[in-house]
Amino acid sequence: MIRRFSADVAIVGGGLVGSSAALALRKAGLSVILMDKGFCGAQASGVNYGGVRRQGRSVAQLPLSQRAHQIWPRLKELIGIDGEYQRSGHLKLARKPEDFARLEQYAETVKPFGLNLELFTGAMAKTRFPWLSGNVAGASFCPDDGQANPRLVSPAFAKAARDAGAIVLEQTAVHAAVRTSDGFALQAGTDCEITCHFLINSAGAWANKIATDFDEPAPLSRIYPSMVVTEPLALRLPVSLGEEGGGFYCRQVQRGNYIMGGGRGYALIDPDFSRPSTAAALAVMKRATTLFPHLAGAHVIRFWSGTEGQLPDNNPVIGRSGTTPGLFHAFGFCGAGFQVAPAVGAILCDLVTSGETATPIAAFSIERFHNMPPQHNKKKGTHNEMVE
Amino acid sequence: MNDTLPPVIVGAGPAGICAAKTLVAAGLRPIVIDEGFRAGGQIYRRPFVDDGRSATDLYGSEAAKATRLHREFDGLLPSIDYMPQALVWNIAGNELHLMADGKHHQIGFQNLILSTGATDRILPFPGWTLPGVYTLGAAQTALKVQGCTIGRNVVFLGSGPLLYLVAWQYVKAGGNVAAVLDTAPFSAKLNLLSAFRFDPRLVLIGMSYAARLVSRGVKIRYNVRPTRVDGSQYVEGLSFKSGTKVHSIACDAIAYGFALRPETQLADLSGCTFRFDDRDRTWLPVTDEAGRTSSQGVYLAGDGSGIAGADAAEISGELAALALIQDSGTTVDPGRMSALVKARRRKAGLRDILEKAFPFPDNWFDQIPGYTKLCRCEEVTVSTVIDTINGGELRELNRLKALSRSGMGRCQGRMCSAAMAEVLSATQHLKLADIGRLRAQAPVKPLPLLLQEGGS
Amino acid sequence: MSAHHSRSQFQRHFRRDEAHVPFSIDGIAYSGRRGDTVLVAIMSATDRLRLSEFTAEPRAGFCLIGACQDCFVTLACGRRVRACTTPLEAQMAFVTRERGNE
Repeated sequence: MIRRFSADVAIVGGGLVGSSAALALRKAGLSVILMDKGFCGAQASGVNYGGVRRQGRSVAQLPLSQRAHQIWPRLKELIGIDGEYQRSGHLKLARKPEDFARLEQYAETVKPFGLNLELFTGAMAKTRFPWLSGNVAGASFCPDDGQANPRLVSPAFAKAARDAGAIVLEQTAVHAAVRTSDGFALQAGTDCEITCHFLINSAGAWANKIATDFDEPAPLSRIYPSMVVTEPLALRLPVSLGEEGGGFYCRQVQRGNYIMGGGRGYALIDPDFSRPSTAAALAVMKRATTLFPHLAGAHVIRFWSGTEGQLPDNNPVIGRSGTTPGLFHAFGFCGAGFQVAPAVGAILCDLVTSGETATPIAAFSIERFHNMPPQHNKKKGTHNEMVE
Repeated sequence: MNDTLPPVIVGAGPAGICAAKTLVAAGLRPIVIDEGFRAGGQIYRRPFVDDGRSATDLYGSEAAKATRLHREFDGLLPSIDYMPQALVWNIAGNELHLMADGKHHQIGFQNLILSTGATDRILPFPGWTLPGVYTLGAAQTALKVQGCTIGRNVVFLGSGPLLYLVAWQYVKAGGNVAAVLDTAPFSAKLNLLSAFRFDPRLVLIGMSYAARLVSRGVKIRYNVRPTRVDGSQYVEGLSFKSGTKVHSIACDAIAYGFALRPETQLADLSGCTFRFDDRDRTWLPVTDEAGRTSSQGVYLAGDGSGIAGADAAEISGELAALALIQDSGTTVDPGRMSALVKARRRKAGLRDILEKAFPFPDNWFDQIPGYTKLCRCEEVTVSTVIDTINGGELRELNRLKALSRSGMGRCQGRMCSAAMAEVLSATQHLKLADIGRLRAQAPVKPLPLLLQEGGS
Repeated sequence: MSAHHSRSQFQRHFRRDEAHVPFSIDGIAYSGRRGDTVLVAIMSATDRLRLSEFTAEPRAGFCLIGACQDCFVTLACGRRVRACTTPLEAQMAFVTRERGNE
């Protein structure tokens, strides 16, 4: 028995990008079908570090990031929960003087965007943040950056979209998508046929299937963050913390657990599943005890990983297809998609409803990869930008 | 990687000991890694120091087996590399990650026998986290290993062969047993009669515990459901339903459990395929009759491959070792293997009947109030779990964990995953087999953050 | 919580005459016996090990075989140990006042 659906917009991929787009589109009055091959918010959107950070992003991403910054405080009103979002501040540490010089340079570069970065030399940093230990050459603090719980936020966007009238089909992989005279026809799951006017490809690390189906493959590879969480401990770390160069990042949630990450995990035989690498996890644990001697007696209770899409220039693909009218892409967030994702959903809604958006996204066009030599497709994401 | 890596055995209970003995007999020198201080597993666990009790005092009817296994293992020591007090906390590809003496070690393997045993299967009820409430296994361990009872006046509650055994051990040690409260109806025990043909000795011994308890004046009630533990800081009593009546009984400790659940985390991390087992109401690694898994070079033995008891563990330990030897290209006695397979089947048959005699209380959550903590680590209540299921229309266990925090704490769901599965399946009217299983995550037990590099 | 320290939960039936092993909880002196685990030593002297992290209810371990992870206790030096699988050592000083490792 074939199940037939038809909607204004079909969205492939129920991560935070797809789910927030679904919610925005429903609020704009369009009918929406949101599909996920597994469960909404169960992949990168749900298992990332949970950093809600503008600091450290490229200039190209800052307008997008600032738009997201306006959305995060409104989560309760948008999705019914605050998602444990708090503007705890984000502290970026420099271990060596040359790292600090880069932080100073960055602060200068992004001054026009109003991140209000505060710079501290090593000694000043330890005065201002007395819980810091180990070698710190300097630090840059962004007081209004923060953190949230991705496990809750991402599924809550999908639930809000469903409550707003979107049809949400989980465990429903899209097998085929073709352009028709007035839109698209999709085959999904075991028994679904879907027709739609607009198609959004927000399938994260799996997005290249649809991009390729429409003749514009991106050089998308996969990265696997390596995360570690401790038992609940007395509250002591008030900020989200990262290291310039990305070797280590850490935050403490209100329940007391320290969440920390660094390095990379690896894929299992089924590349849709990944594990944190023990070497990376042990390095993170070691770094944590150096920075926070008070953790010397604590225990780690779990490691985890996830699957994220990586692109060679560390920027995502966001925007209209270069080959197919009515198709929009938003994927490849290179381990830094959590904070910007709600704004990406809003931008996708802008593009579908009006054909344009006020947020500059030209740098993220998929067309930058058109005519790229195919060997680039194999390039591994080796950069050190932190996954948060 | 060279061709001469020694086989590794994880766990030194009856299965691990018999596996080691078999490998040594074939001229191999296995590495035996065990969390315990001394070999024997939970069932044949030895006290830290001699306290004057005999093997019969400690192990009752199984004393001869315990003594034999301890002696056999001690005799193996020159022929094996034994690592006691060592936790294997991850398996990544063909590497074991373990902690010994607070240090991190890595051991490569080609052939691995996992005999990781079992823990009590637990269901929550109001007050189950109070001091004085312990698992049946805990009550037994306190007495066997430490010579203590968990209180002065103990109620034994639940279902499973341990219920009557431990209650009797407490009486014998001079403890006071306030009552034995069996969650199964008396009629279930009639199934034991058909177990006679499998193991008459065990059945007679098992039935004698109830008789001996009664002869010592211990009250036994059937078809019981606890309503709450009385007391706010520690156990002061237990309220329970028997039929339609509510009773209260004074006690200062409660030991309870519902048979055992296999420890399968390491099998999962090693990549084994799992199947749902209707009898054990849980997911088990797929094995052939000799213990071969879907992962090349990984063998399972003992309760970790499905609950079958200590005698079956000895058989499956030898079988797994023989399979390993055979797969390495050495001929093994086919008669011995088929005899062991047959013996193992008989034990499995016995286990099927024991499950009928000591059935799982499958309507447990009908009477459990929402404020009851379901996950004791994260302190997540039953109603939070149910609300999370309904709110998110959840149909899968890992999703329930992610959204409710249940199963996310230090124990990694050991104490709550059975309950989570029962609640999810009942709330959504789904079969247990259709809601998935919690994926194992390293480290399988908490690991000190300050873990020194040890070596390989 | 010192109010409860006088009530012992576990009852010793064997090893009563073993050598005493002194330890303390929040500065109050107790003694266990040679061959005790930390859990048995504390629970033979008092009726709780710790307070739970999120609702501050008393806890005293559960499985006694290192599976449930309910019995972690904190030493004054900051080290945290699983009480049911850690042998008692003389002069161990346990602290219960704060959650976590401080």
